Amino acid sequence: MKWVLFVFAALLTLWTGAATAQSNGPLRIEITEGVIEPLPLAVPDFVPSGSSANEYARNLSRVIAADLAGTGLFREVPASAHISTVTDFGAPIKFADWKAINAQALITGAVSVSGGKATVQFRVWDVFSGAELGNGLQFAGPVEGWRRMAHKVADQVYARITGEDPYFDSRVVFVSESGPKNDRRKRLAVMDYDGANLQYLTDSSAIVLAPRFSPSGDRVLYTSYESGFPRIYVLDIGKVTRRVLESSDGIMSFAPRFAPDGKTVVFSLSQGGNTDLYMMDINTGSRKRLTSAPSIETAPSYSPDGKQIVFESDRSGTQQLYIMSAGGGEARRISFGKGRYGTPVWSPRGDMIAFTKQAGNRFHIGVMRTDGGEERLLTASFLDESPTWSPNGRVIMFSRETQGANGRSSLYSVDISGRNLRPVSTPEGGSDPSWSPLQR
Amino acid sequence: MGIKTIRATFLVGLVALVAACTSPLDSGNAVDLNGSGTAGSASDPTSIAFFQEKVGDRVLFAVDQANLSAEAMSILDAQATWLTQNPEYSAVIEGHADEQGTTDYNLALGARRANAAREFLVSRGVAGDRVKVVSYGKERPIEVCSEESCYARNRRAVTVLSGALTG
Repeated sequence: MKWVLFVFAALLTLWTGAATAQSNGPLRIEITEGVIEPLPLAVPDFVPSGSSANEYARNLSRVIAADLAGTGLFREVPASAHISTVTDFGAPIKFADWKAINAQALITGAVSVSGGKATVQFRVWDVFSGAELGNGLQFAGPVEGWRRMAHKVADQVYARITGEDPYFDSRVVFVSESGPKNDRRKRLAVMDYDGANLQYLTDSSAIVLAPRFSPSGDRVLYTSYESGFPRIYVLDIGKVTRRVLESSDGIMSFAPRFAPDGKTVVFSLSQGGNTDLYMMDINTGSRKRLTSAPSIETAPSYSPDGKQIVFESDRSGTQQLYIMSAGGGEARRISFGKGRYGTPVWSPRGDMIAFTKQAGNRFHIGVMRTDGGEERLLTASFLDESPTWSPNGRVIMFSRETQGANGRSSLYSVDISGRNLRPVSTPEGGSDPSWSPLQR
Repeated sequence: MGIKTIRATFLVGLVALVAACTSPLDSGNAVDLNGSGTAGSASDPTSIAFFQEKVGDRVLFAVDQANLSAEAMSILDAQATWLTQNPEYSAVIEGHADEQGTTDYNLALGARRANAAREFLVSRGVAGDRVKVVSYGKERPIEVCSEESCYARNRRAVTVLSGALTG
């Protein structure tokens, strides 16, 4: 999908000089570890150009508001409290009306639909200083992609106000689950990060596990039992075609993950009861053994520069986290707390490792620095596992299974500060999420 | 008598093959994880039903362990004897874990358990090429409660028989 994006030339000229002042202005959220009072935000319905744009005008504003409020950094002032309505995108803003309801940020927009194409314009306003934040922008694209346009607007707002890279225009591939615990049906599904536009990628005739996006978001690695044995596959999302990567007799392969180059795969191979790490060239199929110990080595994840791999091993007697060179060799242990550590995932920023920790009868999702320092547990429940990072490294999505005979697995997200734990809506149960990079 | 037995066994094998062929993509779920289904009568000592009910088709493991208990070895001894006497069968040993633990680790642990059972059978004279292993990790519990009484039965290695594939 090609996106047209241009800056209003006049606005660019007008606001270039104000950019520095704006960045130090009041409309700014510094994302820190402290408690945050959400910033009040108003997103009146966008102004439709012609009746064909009516439904999109409202839906766009709703998705944008949901994206921003969903971060926990913003609080939407509901439309019922609005004094002003915005009926002309070009008209001056009545700042007094928005100040009166304590909306500190205001997003106005307009949408037109013509020939299957939607064009969306928007502006972000700092209500208290009565000035525009950044430049007005316009997106154009196929009208059926209107949700992506909304996410792109929200991404712009988020980036301007927080100074962070955004993450709303992204997707999640996961295992959709139905049925009771002793007859669970699993199939791969992909959806927008907020649960919209869900598409199933496999049927549930064979167990599927742990899908992982490629660095460009076009392919997914996963494990399937369709041969009767767990084997790793690569699936093309656009064509929904798949091929097996490892099919040797007497071998089980699982826990695959792409290297940042998109050509190399690291995975676990189990033979004769022993599980070790291997890497494979996805095009030639040639593989290289990275570990050779009688212990369990699994759940590998590359550093963003592709030079190192973090993985779990029980070589010390219990599951712990280790980092080694991407070519194998000596590994250094990084987890030393009480309990068992598994499923490490390197953050997209490179500075943190997300993991699952099992201590006592509880499971936690946590993060630590790559040297093992500053361990922080973000969640606690009967069974949390499978963390995946948002493209900007601010949010972690994971799966949570409830206790007991009627136990069910579903997806949640949590800020890396530990705040803003939220369920992610899926039609069935869900597990093993993998967050895509930001879409282009 | 001998001829009759072989024919019966052949029929069992044929049924298993047909069932497998009707759903080629369904092998992950088609396998009956409680055993090999109702194949034959337990009164026939060469039947799968006899193996399941009289010999014992599964061994259980302690938490996070893959070593065989004395009880497990005694069951596997009986399995090895039976497999030696009934060479027309082959087996897949399915290793399983309880729900405590992460997916990947439990897959590796299930592989250890299945392999421990396989190595014991081979050490007792069962030909290695008759016994394959597969791990289901925590994907296929037979008991659903979140208590040790259920976990203990889910931490298992199950010897699933199929008729001999000739040729």
